[in-house]
Amino acid sequence: MSNPPLTGEARLAQLAKSKAARKRKDKMIEGILLLAACVSVFTTLAIVYILLKESLVFFSHVPVWQFLTDSQWTPLFDDAHFGISVLLAGTISSSAVALLIAIPLGTIIAIYLSEFAGHKSREVLKPLLELLSGVPTIIYGFFALLVVTPLIQKIYPDLPTFNILSAGIVMGIMIIPYVSSLSEDAMRSVPMSLREGAYALGSTRFQTATRVVVPAAFSGIASAYILGISRAVGETMILAVAAGMQPNLTLNPLEPAATVTSFIVQVALGDLPHGSIGYQTIFAAGLTLMLMTLSFNLLGYWLRRKYREAY
Amino acid sequence: MINNEKNQKLRAIIRSHKRWDIIFGVVGLLAMSVGILTLAALFLQMVIDGFPRLTADFFTNFPSRRAGQSGILSAWVGSLLVMLVTAMFAIPVGVASAIYLEEYARKNWFTDIIEINITNLAGVPSIVYGLLALGLFVYTFGFGQSILSAGLTLGLLILPIVIVSTREALRAIPQMVREGAYACGATKWQVCSDHLIPYGMPGILTGIIIGLSRAIGETAPIITIGALTFIAFLPPVPFTGEATAGMFDWLFSPFTVMPIQIFNWTSRPDPAFHANAAAASLVLVVLTLSMNAVAIWLRYRLRKNLKW
Repeated sequence: MSNPPLTGEARLAQLAKSKAARKRKDKMIEGILLLAACVSVFTTLAIVYILLKESLVFFSHVPVWQFLTDSQWTPLFDDAHFGISVLLAGTISSSAVALLIAIPLGTIIAIYLSEFAGHKSREVLKPLLELLSGVPTIIYGFFALLVVTPLIQKIYPDLPTFNILSAGIVMGIMIIPYVSSLSEDAMRSVPMSLREGAYALGSTRFQTATRVVVPAAFSGIASAYILGISRAVGETMILAVAAGMQPNLTLNPLEPAATVTSFIVQVALGDLPHGSIGYQTIFAAGLTLMLMTLSFNLLGYWLRRKYREAY
Repeated sequence: MINNEKNQKLRAIIRSHKRWDIIFGVVGLLAMSVGILTLAALFLQMVIDGFPRLTADFFTNFPSRRAGQSGILSAWVGSLLVMLVTAMFAIPVGVASAIYLEEYARKNWFTDIIEINITNLAGVPSIVYGLLALGLFVYTFGFGQSILSAGLTLGLLILPIVIVSTREALRAIPQMVREGAYACGATKWQVCSDHLIPYGMPGILTGIIIGLSRAIGETAPIITIGALTFIAFLPPVPFTGEATAGMFDWLFSPFTVMPIQIFNWTSRPDPAFHANAAAASLVLVVLTLSMNAVAIWLRYRLRKNLKW
């Protein structure tokens, strides 16, 4: 401190100045933080822009009607056909298999963890189960192709090496934690007084769980299912590895088939020139996928809103 | 006599209802064990097939046409560098957005849009991010099929995870901490940087680790931007003195990552390569699961030690 401390008016002026500087700095920081928060908005806009831009070019070559109704998908052949239903069939059958596994198992696990398991076992079992969703999907694909398929082939020898069934089963197991964690959270937020009422009337645990807790947590459980569906529809690598990548208009899970997602992978693995029609098909496929998952997400959001029981 | 009969009947009803309790308990345990046994089988299979391949050479060799001499050098170096870019992008942007939304944002339509948007982005399939990156980073910005493109793509992908967990961490800090700091004359930023970020650190770290563990195993978006699968060289090292090796040349280098190497080996018909895929999967799974375990431990410790 070489200068003598200021006093009176001068000191006040100095304080006011440093306060103004501090405020300016705070405003600037707020601006920077806002900019960071906008990155996510820009991401969405960029996704929509890129998908629409390339898809519009695609749809100027291929009429939308043909895209929706054609029953062949051969975009890379000379005789090109663009019938998205072929890829959708693969997506639907694989998601159906996955959900047939994930929804019953996930719900049972959620009820078990929330209503039956003790505090200690829940603390151990829940994180252990959540590890299932931490395993990279490529490893599940590897597992489906090299373990699950040979296993099913022992029971059903006609199963081809690449098939929807084993990919769907493994995908279902991967989705279990998504369904069970969210459902369990929903059940746990059902107030204790409802359970106590049920027990006081002489209900068993099972009756309380199925007739009181599950209906009360319905909106949360339904949105957990929808999250599961949207995961199944968007899953890529398990299908690309284990379900084969040839387009096949069938809902039979015992056959190989391409899905919307695995088609994109297949094209990306090849060498398509930027700007060709083949290059644009993956954006059209991506747009289809995006619209599907978006509508599921909106449905889930709406369900949560509409059926939320307020306590 | 009639009473006794009634009693008997009631007891039978109660017994049968209680039996359902036990049955469901067993069914629940069985359902749990499906998941956990799958995890165990997955792990076991990788150990059996892959462990013999896990020699020092496996980590220091490039991929090769001969399965026995192939290694994951270019893959793990690539994964490391891509993760570096991802972390450098996602951590500052994610934490900053969370601080904005939680501490600065006023309650208006614009804030609502950002929030709905983040929820929505978390549900976008990863392959769509790949398409975004292909259109935007690779062709519009001209980054090419490089480490930079891949890192930024994965950064965008994990942004919602980092934002959501940081917000939760900030929300868990009681209001009195903020009020105390404001009462001492701190500005908003001083409150954030000196109090909220340090106190929320375990929660923020949990989110970052979970995000990075997801990014390191992500395959689809990286395939979509067109990463090569056969890379038998390393990105240029900065400061080697050569004129070509600039400080940031590695960012624009072609690359491969662990999941892509696994995909490549898995899709070959020769079983010898499947052993390589199992070994590489084992490395990757141990890596991601230990990251997850650290995150779970952090969260657990956080919950246990915090007494405001």
